[in-house]
Amino acid sequence: MTIYIDNKPYEAKAGKNLLEACLAAGINLPYFCWHPSLGSVGACRQCAVKVFKDEKDTQGRLVMSCMEGVRDGVRIGVEEATAKAFREQVIEWMMTNHPHDCPVCDEGGSCHLQDMTVMTGHDYRRYHYKKRTYKNQYLGPLINHEMNRCIQCYRCVRYYHDYAGGDDLNVFAAHNHVYFGRDKDGVLQSPFSGNLAEVCPTGVFTDKTLKEHYTRKWDLTMAPSVCTHCSVGCNITAGERYGKLRCVVNRYNEEVNGYFLCDRGRFGYEFVNSENRVTQPLIRGRMSEAVSEEELMHELSVLLSQQKLVGIGSARASLESNFALRQLVGAGNFYAGISETEAYLTRLIVQVMQEGTLHSASLKDIEQADAVIVLGEDVWNTAPMMALAVRQAAMKTAANNAAAQLSLPAWHDAAIKELVQTDKGFLANITVAGSPIDNIAQVTVHAVPDDIARLGFAVAHELSNTLPALANADEKLLQTARQIAAALQQSKHPVIVSGLSCVNSAVIRAAFDIAAALNNTHWKASVAYVLPECNSMGLALMQAPSAERIFDSSNANDMTALILENDLYRYLPQATADAFFSRCSNVIALDSIHNNTTEKAQVLIPAATFAEADGSMVNYEGRTQHYYKVFIPKEGHIKESFHWLNSMRIAKNNRSNGHGLSLDELLHEAEIEMPVFEGVHDAMLSPHYSIHGEHIPREPHRYSGRTAMYANLNVSEQKPLQEEGESAFGFTMEGFKGQPPADAAPFFWSPGWNSGQSVTKYQQEPGGAFKGHIPAVQLFHDKVDKAPVFFKDIPEAFVARKQKWLVLPQYHVLASGELSSYTKALASLLPEACVVLSETDAALLGVRDGDKIRVHPGTTALPVKVHLSLANGVVLISAGLPGTEVYNWGDWVKIEKE
Amino acid sequence: MAVKLLLENAHVEGIRYYEAYRRTGGYRSVEKALKMTPEAIVEEVKKSGLRGRGGAGFPAGMKWSFIAKPEGVPRHLVCNADESEPGTFKDRYLMEFLPHLLIEGLIVSSFALGSNATYIYIRGEYAWIPDILEHAIDEAKANGWLGKNILGTGFDCEIYVQRGAGAYICGEETALIESLEGKRGNPRIKPPFPAVKGVWDRPTVVNNVETLAAVVPIINMGGDEYAKIGVGRSTGTKLISACGNINKPGVYEIDMTISVEEFIYSDEYCGGIPNGKKLKACIPGGSSVPILPANLLLKTAKGETRYMNYESLSDGGFATGSMMGSGGFIVLDEDQCVVRNTLTLARFYRHESCGQCSPCREGTGWMEKILKNIEYGKGKMSDIDLLWDIQRKIEGNTICPLGDAAAWPVAAAIRHFRDEFEWHVLNPEESQRRNYGLAHYADAREIVAA
Ligand SMILES: Cc1cc2nc3c(=O)[nH]c(=O)nc-3n(C[C@H](O)[C@H](O)[C@H](O)COP(=O)(O)O)c2cc1C
Ligand code: SF4
Ligand code: SF4
Ligand code: SF4
Ligand code: FES
Repeated sequence: MTIYIDNKPYEAKAGKNLLEACLAAGINLPYFCWHPSLGSVGACRQCAVKVFKDEKDTQGRLVMSCMEGVRDGVRIGVEEATAKAFREQVIEWMMTNHPHDCPVCDEGGSCHLQDMTVMTGHDYRRYHYKKRTYKNQYLGPLINHEMNRCIQCYRCVRYYHDYAGGDDLNVFAAHNHVYFGRDKDGVLQSPFSGNLAEVCPTGVFTDKTLKEHYTRKWDLTMAPSVCTHCSVGCNITAGERYGKLRCVVNRYNEEVNGYFLCDRGRFGYEFVNSENRVTQPLIRGRMSEAVSEEELMHELSVLLSQQKLVGIGSARASLESNFALRQLVGAGNFYAGISETEAYLTRLIVQVMQEGTLHSASLKDIEQADAVIVLGEDVWNTAPMMALAVRQAAMKTAANNAAAQLSLPAWHDAAIKELVQTDKGFLANITVAGSPIDNIAQVTVHAVPDDIARLGFAVAHELSNTLPALANADEKLLQTARQIAAALQQSKHPVIVSGLSCVNSAVIRAAFDIAAALNNTHWKASVAYVLPECNSMGLALMQAPSAERIFDSSNANDMTALILENDLYRYLPQATADAFFSRCSNVIALDSIHNNTTEKAQVLIPAATFAEADGSMVNYEGRTQHYYKVFIPKEGHIKESFHWLNSMRIAKNNRSNGHGLSLDELLHEAEIEMPVFEGVHDAMLSPHYSIHGEHIPREPHRYSGRTAMYANLNVSEQKPLQEEGESAFGFTMEGFKGQPPADAAPFFWSPGWNSGQSVTKYQQEPGGAFKGHIPAVQLFHDKVDKAPVFFKDIPEAFVARKQKWLVLPQYHVLASGELSSYTKALASLLPEACVVLSETDAALLGVRDGDKIRVHPGTTALPVKVHLSLANGVVLISAGLPGTEVYNWGDWVKIEKE
Repeated sequence: MAVKLLLENAHVEGIRYYEAYRRTGGYRSVEKALKMTPEAIVEEVKKSGLRGRGGAGFPAGMKWSFIAKPEGVPRHLVCNADESEPGTFKDRYLMEFLPHLLIEGLIVSSFALGSNATYIYIRGEYAWIPDILEHAIDEAKANGWLGKNILGTGFDCEIYVQRGAGAYICGEETALIESLEGKRGNPRIKPPFPAVKGVWDRPTVVNNVETLAAVVPIINMGGDEYAKIGVGRSTGTKLISACGNINKPGVYEIDMTISVEEFIYSDEYCGGIPNGKKLKACIPGGSSVPILPANLLLKTAKGETRYMNYESLSDGGFATGSMMGSGGFIVLDEDQCVVRNTLTLARFYRHESCGQCSPCREGTGWMEKILKNIEYGKGKMSDIDLLWDIQRKIEGNTICPLGDAAAWPVAAAIRHFRDEFEWHVLNPEESQRRNYGLAHYADAREIVAA
């Protein structure tokens, strides 16, 4: 439809509000309380425009543009004098109590309030009185609180409480003294608290970890990157100055993480700055002195000429590095650095997804689902942003139903919330030990993995009676299955979420059978399998056997092992890892951080972290994403693993023509060698990409101090940090001045829009797809016409064993990633590792909360935590927390009182 | 002698209790109404021309006819007893002395609207009244007027008293609903309207105490008869709570045909101004409505006598008129300072803003500060224009009418008493010691005589 803004016609999309239409039309209209993900409540009154009855109407009516839907032919005045004056007045009101101390505010330079103030033209203060002041609160180590800066837009509460489901932040008091915070000082409890820093348009909520080494946005060197802390692969922008990674902020991706990140992803970056970094090549025996690269290469070429060379790939290293290792050691000698169980389960998932009979659900698909079944996955702890997406599905389905009732537009959050009250869309959350999303689920089941799988198969049978029924199932289970099946049948686009946290293949198969049964009549269901690490899927697609399979070979002795970015002690039980190392005569490790595996290395090579590297990863859904170097570490030896591995390949083959494969070439080689990866190089902006012959600058054009920055070391101007054709991005503020391709923008900025909210300028419409969006490289392809092959293999009901327990991992939302716990702030929030037992089992063992017990096989004694709804016969042990060890997950263990 | 429909028996001994109330004809309307159809009751209320007594004056019968009736969804009647507007205390009088009249009105109205659970939301500061109401409810229940199967008609009704926590904004009907639901009392954005989605998403009618009490005489005498009382669209009787510089402050029932002058000076009502002082100004309808100087109070700009009814009080619009509002009649004598009075009101509105929308939240605070400066001799001439500018931008641009209610008193004070503001600015020291007083406002009675 056509709308007229200041008498000029614009195309507008039905179902949007006037503010969205103006922003989509590229018009600068200020706003605060509206947010593309949170909708409109009409509180701030900043977005006022005039609406005219017709062409002749000159008087018009002042309305809040975020509260009025577009109508065909509607005439609105943005530049109209009274509307402008009113908007300026609103800013003046906000400013009456705002401290005006931008120079010492962490938000300064990327502040929506600054931007909007300038936009309205308000520049003179008529308010001459004392300003309101508040006491700030201690909100924990992640988020800083400075209430005086508040403009009372209510976004924080609407995000934290309504959107993310947190219940420890709210609005208190009234009139011009409303207060946003907690009921008392204390750590914010939501693992999504970091988004407050971006949702808040002022400096009230800011990133406390950034404060430790504060840098303004305009002084950061930034690059588009991808979170490496779980298999979701949220898009991030990471920023550096003086060789330190300063912060991570959200990088909008419509299909993946939208506007948000989880705290593990946002704050888990400090390992890059860790003192525990491997900064130079080390050779055992010569630990204390630096080893030159020549010496290193010499040492390596000796080691690499050994007969029994094996390479251990990594689920957290890039495709490129894994592939370079595979090429170096030969496909037959390339193993995945994970347990056999994990390898088996991920292979099963790959097999299912490659069949193509099910659509692989993106986070956006999940958010838009009208029914969600979480089958066995502890999604809150293993893929936090997916849990947030599941929450949105439940909330949005209810909102859509409510909106349809009164034909309210979807953006009208204020009205819809009143209508929705406590309604939720359908969610069945079936887990071993419960999850915070239980409280929004219609069906919650806590059961052991086999019984979870049985419930899944029962649902599949209810959906399609050609599938087998459960033998001797109890009535309660069948009832639950019928309830779930009924909801699924009614839904139009359900999603089944499952994954590895049950360590049980039947659960994975049951999830498939449910989704496939739903697709029997027409294709509507999709599925999301959560994997353990950021590139678990990429590694799995390489079809390498697990490291444990090395033992299969009878002559697995005297091996020379090359271990890529992997602490085997985090993936294998200690005994297994020890056994492995005892059979190696030489260990070459490439890693960024010292760990138990690097301790075993003869040669240790400093690998770049994600922030210092280019690379590709495949997320849980088969989406290939590329991340780009944010900076080149000052410690010159640190390089991407694939660089090192390339050099080793040259050394090994005694080729002296020096030049290894570029990223481009490596990916092309991978595509040829392994057709599953066809197209992955499309996920990357070619290193040769330029716009009008210019680089995309990694630094904003206001970047300051570049000639002074390292003057204490060297006064001559620095040489360019990279060679031509190495990257599409330059490590400078020079280069292309216009908008770079949005999908690969190093940062979001637009004239007049310094804060992250400038992302709107890169979108086709607020909250929509990017302009010139490049479709994602998806490695799984839907085959709508292909008939699914059902598994139908229903496991027996779980029976607890005498004196033995089924051991399962209990992940933690902030720490299950190997690297995130290197952030001090996150580490300080981690609970003590423990062993979770049912009440009956605890009584059986004669232990109470806090008593120490020992699990066999295993080495450390851990305190007990009694769980009220955990089934008997199962034990959950903290995984991923500092000081925890790895067990044979999914196997049977013995327990002994300390 | 004026007609009395509500307070007729207010002075009967023991009228607060069931026995005396019933003896004087109480609960007759329930007997009558429960034999009628709900639609017929709504029709009577429509015919009566009864307008909402909570402030906005919206026709009650029309509001009732808007209530949605989706199949299987309960509906609710909510009685707004949050009465917190400065100067307004008529509902308190009704509830304190004639609780059964309200209960009777509620039963009839609940039947008309199909509400089986009806709520009285009462302001927190009326701490002693819930006990009175609950006692009356118990008595009504014990005598079969409430509870299950009332009078054998199959109609069930319970009345619950819910105490507020002392926020004026919780008198705004959607904030009231939020508060009743146990939430923060922030006004909602409409639509959806309460008549469609109110308490717990159910169709809801919110009415003022006095409105609901007036349903009793309407049913007893019939809507047509009721409509004959009063004048024009101001039908029936109206409670006025009079206060300020008058000899007889109190709650009066008037039939809306009397003049403002009569109301102030007649011994039947306010009994004139004490100590022989002169009338300076009056806020005729509760603190939210525009203040009028004596000349415009007693006569309209056209020189006609101003009467105590909806139409006449608003004659002249905001330029020269005011509003009936909630019936809080505040009289200022020649010694009163309009600046100070306006400051008091501004402080009230600042404090009672829910803090949701910027113009009201920030604007009220700023206005209070400016007024304080002017009142204490620290104002500037430009402050007066600034005040005007701020209130202009608040008015009409907020989520709920509290913003307007905060803007109007300031606007009217400047409109009619600008010289008084200027005098404060020009005489900073004196303005701290004494009030501007009557200055050159002529004696009101002289004006009337002229
Ligand atoms: C700020 C504000 C406060 C109000 N306070 C009251 C009140 O205390 N009592 C009341 O009956 N109506 C009050 N109202 C009016 C109500 O919103 C509503 O219009 C009224 O209860 C409807 O009843 P009626 O139609 O019987 O007048 C208030 C309105 C506003 C905007
Ligand atoms: S703290 Fe920030 S987000 Fe919350 S109301 Fe204040 S300005 Fe808005
Ligand atoms: S840890 Fe996972 S969910 Fe969290 S931001 Fe990173 S990729 Fe997203
Ligand atoms: S006008 Fe005032 S009281 Fe009403 S919603 Fe806005 S801030 Fe709250
Ligand atoms: S953005 Fe429209 S009122 Fe706040």
